[in-house]
Amino acid sequence: MDAINAGDTAWILIATALVMMMTPALAFFYGGMVRKKNLLSTINLSFITVGLISLQWVIIGYTLAFGTSVGGLIGGLNFFGLAGVSAAPNADYAPTIPHLAFSAYQMMFAIITPALITGAFVERVRFKAFLVFTILWATFVYDPVAHWVWGVGGILRSMGALDFAGGTVVHITAGFSALAFAIVLGKRKWFGHAALEPNNIPFTVLGAGLLWMGWFGFNGGSALAANGLAVNALVTTNTAAAAAAVVWMFLSWRDNKPSVLGIVTGAVVGLVAITPAAGFVTPMASILIGGLAAPISFYAIRLRQKWGLDESLDVWACHGMGGTWGALATGLFATKLVNPAGADGLFYGNPGQFVIQAIAVLVAIAFAFGVTFVITKALSRFMGLRVSENEEEVGLDISEHGERAYA
Amino acid sequence: MTKKIEAIFREEKLIAVKEALSNIGIVGMNVMEVRGHGRQGGIELAGRIGTYKVDLLPRVQLNIILSDHNVEKTIETIQQAAQTGNIGDGIIFVYPVEEVIRIRNGERGHDALTYAGDIDTRQEVFLQAAD
Repeated sequence: MDAINAGDTAWILIATALVMMMTPALAFFYGGMVRKKNLLSTINLSFITVGLISLQWVIIGYTLAFGTSVGGLIGGLNFFGLAGVSAAPNADYAPTIPHLAFSAYQMMFAIITPALITGAFVERVRFKAFLVFTILWATFVYDPVAHWVWGVGGILRSMGALDFAGGTVVHITAGFSALAFAIVLGKRKWFGHAALEPNNIPFTVLGAGLLWMGWFGFNGGSALAANGLAVNALVTTNTAAAAAAVVWMFLSWRDNKPSVLGIVTGAVVGLVAITPAAGFVTPMASILIGGLAAPISFYAIRLRQKWGLDESLDVWACHGMGGTWGALATGLFATKLVNPAGADGLFYGNPGQFVIQAIAVLVAIAFAFGVTFVITKALSRFMGLRVSENEEEVGLDISEHGERAYA
Repeated sequence: MTKKIEAIFREEKLIAVKEALSNIGIVGMNVMEVRGHGRQGGIELAGRIGTYKVDLLPRVQLNIILSDHNVEKTIETIQQAAQTGNIGDGIIFVYPVEEVIRIRNGERGHDALTYAGDIDTRQEVFLQAAD
C-alpha cells in the first residue's frame, strides 16, 4: 500500500474547501441575474443543494460513482454509506491521500453539478418538485456518468476518454439537462415581451470572482496531488478564463458597449471549457481553448434566443456548449509532454483521441438530456413542476419561502 | 393663491436644479425617485449578449409648494437647469393647492410657506436695497 503524503493531503483538503465554496458562489452568480422578487429563491436553489447532495453522496452517491464497477455502467454498493472508506488510501484513485479525502473532494463536484442546472428553471420552479428532481438527477444521471468517465472499469474511461476535472461529467451533463428541463417546464410569464432585468449585477460579478478562485481547487485539485500537474492545471485554468473574458468583452462591445455581465460570463465560460483539458494541455493551448469558448457560448445564447426558449440563465449555452467544446478541444490539444498519463490529441498526431472524445460527448449529451426529460415529464405529471401563475407574479421569495430579500 | 410644481427630470440633473433653485431663494422641496417614460419610450441596455430594452427609466420628481407670483420664475429655473435638449428630459406640472398647514405651529397659507431668506423675503431685501 502506498504511503499517505502530507503535502498531497493538505492540498486536497484545501481544494475540497475551494470547490465547496463554488456552490454558494454560484448562488450569487445566478442570484444577481434574476428579478428582486426571486433573489432568495434563486440563491437557495444552490445553497440547499449543498445539503441535499452531501447526504445523498455519503449514503449512496459515492458508491454508485466509485464502487466496484458493475459491467462498466454503475458502481457497486461496496462503499454504501462510505463503508470502508477511511484514512487508508485507495490505490485506484488517489494513492497518496486518504480514501475519505478523495470521496469528500468528489462530493463537492457532485454538489455543484445539479446546482448548475438550477439556472434553467429559476423564477418559476415549484420548490418541492425541485427537491425531488435534484435527488433523482444526482442518482440517475450524475452518479452513472461519473462512473463511466472516472470509475475504474467505467465504459468511457475504458475507451480512453479524457476528462481531467469534469467537462463531460459536470458541464455537459448539467448543460444538456438544463436544456431538457427548460423545454419541459416552459417559459416565464412575460418572457420575450418585457425585459426580465437582472436585479444586482455586482452579485453576479462577486459570484464569478469566487467561482474563478474556486476553480483553482476544481481543476488544480484534480491532479489529486500537490505537484507539477496541479500547477499546470492552475495556470491553464487562469489563462483560459482570462482569454474568454477578454474575447467576450469585445463581442459585447461590437453589439453595444463592453458589458460587465458579458465579461464575467466570458470568464466562467473559459473556466468551463478548460475543465476537461486543464491537466493535458499547455498554457498556450489554453488561450485558444478559452478564446474560442467565448464565441461558441455567445452564439449559442443567440441561437437559444432565436428558438424563443426560456433556458433562463443560459446553463446550456455556457456549460453545455462550453463543456462540449472543452471535451473536443482536449482531443485536439492534449499532449503527453504535459501529462504522460494522458494521451496525445489530433494536433500531436493522434486523431483517434478526437474521435474518442466525440463519442464520449455524444453519449453524455444523449443520456443527460434523455433521462432529465423523462424525470421532468414524470414530475410535471405527478407533482407539478411549476408554481401557479399568481405565485410566479408575486415572486418565489414570498410564495415559496414566505421571506423577502430586502425589507 | 398657492401652487404646487411637480417637475420630473433626469436624475443626474438633480444637483444642478437644486443649486439653481437655491440661488433664486427656493428653500423648501421634496424629492422622490420615480420610474416612467413619456414619448421617449425607453432605452437599450447592454446584456450578456446584445442589448435589451428598458421602458421604465429612473427619473426624479421634485415637489415644490409656492405662492402664485413665484411660479413662472421657478419653472423657468428648473427648465433651464434640467435641460439637455434630448428626448427624455422630462416634464413640469403645476397644480392649485387648497391649503397649507405647518405641523409645528399650525400656521396656515402664506405664513406656512415663508422662511427667512426665501424667494419672498429676499425680494423685500432687494426692494429695500433699491430704495
